[in-house]
Amino acid sequence: MIKAVPKPLEEIIDLVKDFHKVLIVGCDGCVTVCEAGGLKEVQVLGSSLRLYFTQAGQRMDIDETSLTRQCDQEYLDQLKDRIDHYEAVVSLACGCGVQYLAERYHDKIVYPGVDTCFMGVDLERGVYAERCQACGKCILANTGGICPIARCSKRMLNGPCGGSEKGKCEVNPEIDCGWQLIYDRLKILGQLDRFEQPVDPKDWATSRDGGPRKIVREDLRL
Amino acid sequence: MNNTTPSRLEKMLAAGHLAVTSEVGPPRSCDGSVIEQKAELIKDYVDAVNVTDNQTSVTRLCSLAACIRLKLMGLEPVLQMVTRDRNRIALQSDIFGAASFGICNILCLTGDHQHFGDHPNAVNVFDLDSTQLIQTVRLMRDEGRLLGGHQFEHRPQMFIGAAANPFADPFEIRVPRLAKKVAAGAQFIQTQCIYNMDKFKLWLKLARDRGLTERVAILAGITPMKNVGMARYMKNRVPGIDVPDEIVKRMGGVPKEKQAAEGIRLAIEQIQELKEEEGIRGFHLMAIEWEEKVPEIVERAGLFPRPQLN
Amino acid sequence: MGRFEPKILAFCCSYCSYAAADLAGAMRLQYPGNIKIIKVPCTGKVDLIHLLLAFEQGADGIMVAGCLEGNCHFLSGNLRARQRVNRVMAILDRIGLEGDRLAMFNLSAGMGARFAEMAREMYAQVLKLGPSPINIARETAARPIVEVAA
Repeated sequence: MIKAVPKPLEEIIDLVKDFHKVLIVGCDGCVTVCEAGGLKEVQVLGSSLRLYFTQAGQRMDIDETSLTRQCDQEYLDQLKDRIDHYEAVVSLACGCGVQYLAERYHDKIVYPGVDTCFMGVDLERGVYAERCQACGKCILANTGGICPIARCSKRMLNGPCGGSEKGKCEVNPEIDCGWQLIYDRLKILGQLDRFEQPVDPKDWATSRDGGPRKIVREDLRL
Repeated sequence: MNNTTPSRLEKMLAAGHLAVTSEVGPPRSCDGSVIEQKAELIKDYVDAVNVTDNQTSVTRLCSLAACIRLKLMGLEPVLQMVTRDRNRIALQSDIFGAASFGICNILCLTGDHQHFGDHPNAVNVFDLDSTQLIQTVRLMRDEGRLLGGHQFEHRPQMFIGAAANPFADPFEIRVPRLAKKVAAGAQFIQTQCIYNMDKFKLWLKLARDRGLTERVAILAGITPMKNVGMARYMKNRVPGIDVPDEIVKRMGGVPKEKQAAEGIRLAIEQIQELKEEEGIRGFHLMAIEWEEKVPEIVERAGLFPRPQLN
Repeated sequence: MGRFEPKILAFCCSYCSYAAADLAGAMRLQYPGNIKIIKVPCTGKVDLIHLLLAFEQGADGIMVAGCLEGNCHFLSGNLRARQRVNRVMAILDRIGLEGDRLAMFNLSAGMGARFAEMAREMYAQVLKLGPSPINIARETAARPIVEVAA
């Protein structure tokens, strides 16, 4: 799922300080799972902001809500009768949700309340790790199910580089060397022959290098 | 090696001589005379001079411009090219540019991560990796074609090199990876600096067993140590460099003022030892900010005078 | 303004500190009467929002009292509570309230004397900090209206 972290409170305070009526909108999707932007986080942020502005002697009405998903028009529509009561909205959804909310309510000020980080997995509660960079052309079949684009710091398709040491990346000993992982797994799978095939330059046009991407599935459309 | 380029390095190797290359690191300014001064120190003692490409991700005068300066001095440059900073458009464009000046040796590298350098906040490119850059140069030279498919007339006559680090992990992958670079089109290899002789010889043996030393010219990387501090630093801080304890002990075992001389002696001994190894076709001397010592090392290692080619 | 009498909440785990408070009472141990006890099934049930809302509603201090570490009936409820207390303390420090208005304690059901001591410590701590900035701000905002009424 998409992983995000809450923005520092100071940053959000600074964004909303010139308003008096603010709505905080959470998202029950990915950001709820990583505890960055679900209803609970909405409530905590709302309470924190109320406490801050109260002690600062500033009038501030803060309301809280959360939507099933902010990346879907039909859920965003649920705000249509109330959004006009607010001068600004803080969305705790990922960058997609923030943008879609702003797109749906075109004349409303919408601020992000989280920093969207990556697509990843939960290693344990509170520890998330990147696994996919959505290059648009999956090569996992050839790399032992471990992605060199997401997991090698240099995105090498013919790795590992000369900086791999004891299974760790030259960038940081906290990072596993993606190519060590690939090698180990290919060995287990009996597919080491795949390692010796030079991999041709990749077509990055399906990645973000092709410009903003869009999927049109005619088989699904009405 | 069926393709013959104008490269003197290629000819030297083809003639069966032990080749000697060295490197100059460009300055962190636009003072091109630094390159010329460094090159002047070593020019009669080496067959070709590598110019590093923003090594350790520190912004420096560009490798291509420095190579052109060397070329204009009548020297034979080896253009080092990393894929970290430029995409395939820029890389191929620079290869054209280099070839237009008659630069005919290229060392294809991925490059250190920018995290190490003076701009850790920069975006990286890594559109290609080192192996794919080798493929690209070969495509341009042998098929007169760009990656995008464009056919062209004047082909860049490049003698293609790559790096190999026998000391990085996992060890068992290092020879297969060499094989991969050879399959991609690498004709010469400059290795990471060697201190762990046993490990290096094992790597070389495995390469020999697979017939790789017949297909690619391996130049052993030699970096003289200036003092015990450098030995310790390389041992502990530089990823992918393997400095055995006895080397650190040896460097530390002589008084401070004699450590530099000991470092030179060690480098010469390493060269002497590796000269005897089947599959070693020359030496790549990386005297980091110590270029003035290259002549002494070459001379004392019995590699001087350099053979003359017709 | 009259003498400051802090309003302190204590979230007490039913397995340990709630029983310890009971014991303190049975032992006739003195501790400040301003401490209002809320019994919870486990301190792990206390969430960030409960603590923040209590401050919003005028608490001058809050203590969370759970079982000794390693002795939680739900294994890690008290450890989670400590994490949450730490998080709320960090939030309080960033929004103009003192993080020290909040504290986590660990004790067992038999530690009646410790409960009384802990309650006195908390009372002294909050007394030193003075009224919550929230209460001060509300009072300041309310005063002109009072004056008009007078």
